[in-house]
Amino acid sequence: MLRFIGRRVLYLVPVLLAVTLLTFMVASLLPGDLALAMLGDQATPENVAALRSKLGLDLPAWQRYLHWLSGVVVGDFGQSHRTGEMVLHAIANRLPVSIELMLLAQLGALVVGVPLGILCAARADSTLDRVLSGGAFGLLSMPSFMLAILLIFAFSVHLGVLPATGYTPFTQDPVANLVSMVLPAASLALVEWPALMRILRSDMITTLQEDFIAMAKAKGLKRRRILFVHALKPSSFTLVTVTGLNVGRLIGGALVIETIFALPGLGRLLIEAIYSRDFIVLQGGVLFVAVAYVLVNFIVDLLYTVLDPRIRHGRG
Amino acid sequence: MAAAEMTGVTDAPRRARRRSLGWVFWLAVVWIGVVLFGALAANLLPLEDPSKISLLARRQGPSALHLFGTDHLGRDVLSRVVYGSRASLAVGLISAFLALLAGGTLGLLAGYFRGRLESLTMAAMDVLLAFPPLVLALAIIAYLGQDMVNLTLTLALLSVPASTRVARASTLAIAEREFVVAARALGASHLRVMLRELLPNVVLPLLVYTLILVAVLIVGEGVLSFLGLGVPPPMASWGSMMSEGREQLDVAPHIAFIPAIVMFLTVLSFNLVGDTLRSMTDPRRAAL
Repeated sequence: MLRFIGRRVLYLVPVLLAVTLLTFMVASLLPGDLALAMLGDQATPENVAALRSKLGLDLPAWQRYLHWLSGVVVGDFGQSHRTGEMVLHAIANRLPVSIELMLLAQLGALVVGVPLGILCAARADSTLDRVLSGGAFGLLSMPSFMLAILLIFAFSVHLGVLPATGYTPFTQDPVANLVSMVLPAASLALVEWPALMRILRSDMITTLQEDFIAMAKAKGLKRRRILFVHALKPSSFTLVTVTGLNVGRLIGGALVIETIFALPGLGRLLIEAIYSRDFIVLQGGVLFVAVAYVLVNFIVDLLYTVLDPRIRHGRG
Repeated sequence: MAAAEMTGVTDAPRRARRRSLGWVFWLAVVWIGVVLFGALAANLLPLEDPSKISLLARRQGPSALHLFGTDHLGRDVLSRVVYGSRASLAVGLISAFLALLAGGTLGLLAGYFRGRLESLTMAAMDVLLAFPPLVLALAIIAYLGQDMVNLTLTLALLSVPASTRVARASTLAIAEREFVVAARALGASHLRVMLRELLPNVVLPLLVYTLILVAVLIVGEGVLSFLGLGVPPPMASWGSMMSEGREQLDVAPHIAFIPAIVMFLTVLSFNLVGDTLRSMTDPRRAAL
């Protein structure tokens, strides 16, 4: 177990290092001179040169990279050249929005997807299964931004019951906050539950053919108990993987959904940083998101060992 | 990975003939054909100029003159949807093909030679995967400039990791099989083994996967255009049409809904065709 964790951590270090390098490269590739942009059109060449050297922009790229990296290692992500805000502070401000959206979307997708997946597996090839599987397949072809438009049309424009844009912090008014989160979270959850349902259905059909299920049936256990207690856990590997991938992906903010519903999440922070050439914020934000993604995947790998004792005792 | 389960590769054609494809499959093929034809022949069709603005005929509903109505600038929505399919299909198909070429090659090499080459390739893919894809796409497009070529290249780059994984998994599944070992023993060069023995067995699952990738990339192009970073205006694209239509949902919902429906049907068709073919080439799923 410890060796397994150790090997994964050793693998993560070069991957994360490469992520910082790629992040830095992408950020410094962005066109436009930051010093020029900050000073505006009144800038004289001397002013620009002075500001460039103050910001360290005149140093060679590798020196800037090492300087940034040495800061990051001790938790100093630098501060925005544009607003003067500390990058970590900006991330911490935006993160709760993205995490709330992610949690609500995952919760919604799991609450719908898991029971329906079990139901379809238990009645595989029945009419119900065919209808649900067909509907799920159709929904899978609908991107979340398309669903967002449909939901806005139905619930904001047509019925007028839910807001199309706007965000209220949870600490200010929890009810208003949740109301403003319903449509964004639903746009994401509606795309995700069909995938979860299909995966669980397919894995569970395989599980239900195993001997221990026949054994449980022979013992006369209730059908529901067999499905939820005996069959669910060994069928949930791919489900856990995909949910983990979604969590990792959405921690970085659902960029499009945040844009459509004007939510101040991490995705918006990154996109604003790109538009305004605020590369320190971009570097820090992307690095944060990438690290979070890698760590979530690492945790998912650890979850496998909880789900399946064979991995714990066998080969890493 | 489903493709790793490919043990009965030779059974696939027989199974394909025995199992009927079903009318839904052919409906999807027909729809893809219609959209492809529209994209290729848009100039020859009796359509209005997709960028012709007529402010007197703004936000009109469907009529005999404008079958799908007009948008907020009075442009013909039908014509814009047809011309928009050019952007979506060109970007989707070409970038999927490029990803297939690059990812297929990398995956084949990694799966055949193993060792350090494999570790390095897969680690590089992990780095790419750890990156938030849209942010990477936006940054690259901001750097390279906003046009169709850069858009296609960016989406291709983002799709390489997944293609590589599929190709590697399929290669690993057959690299130790008898016919490969026999070819090696007969003195075949690495290149020959890869091209003559491995490639024919890897290319099928990879092609099927690429069909599904096309669906994903059409959505990707839609998202970027929706954010205003896809094909540059005034060129039509389904994503940008939806983005424009979003502002008019209360007065003229058809402006957003028509491109949405067309895009949904196209993505659904590619998914359907890909999924049907996959269940045929993958005996494990077919058995379910």
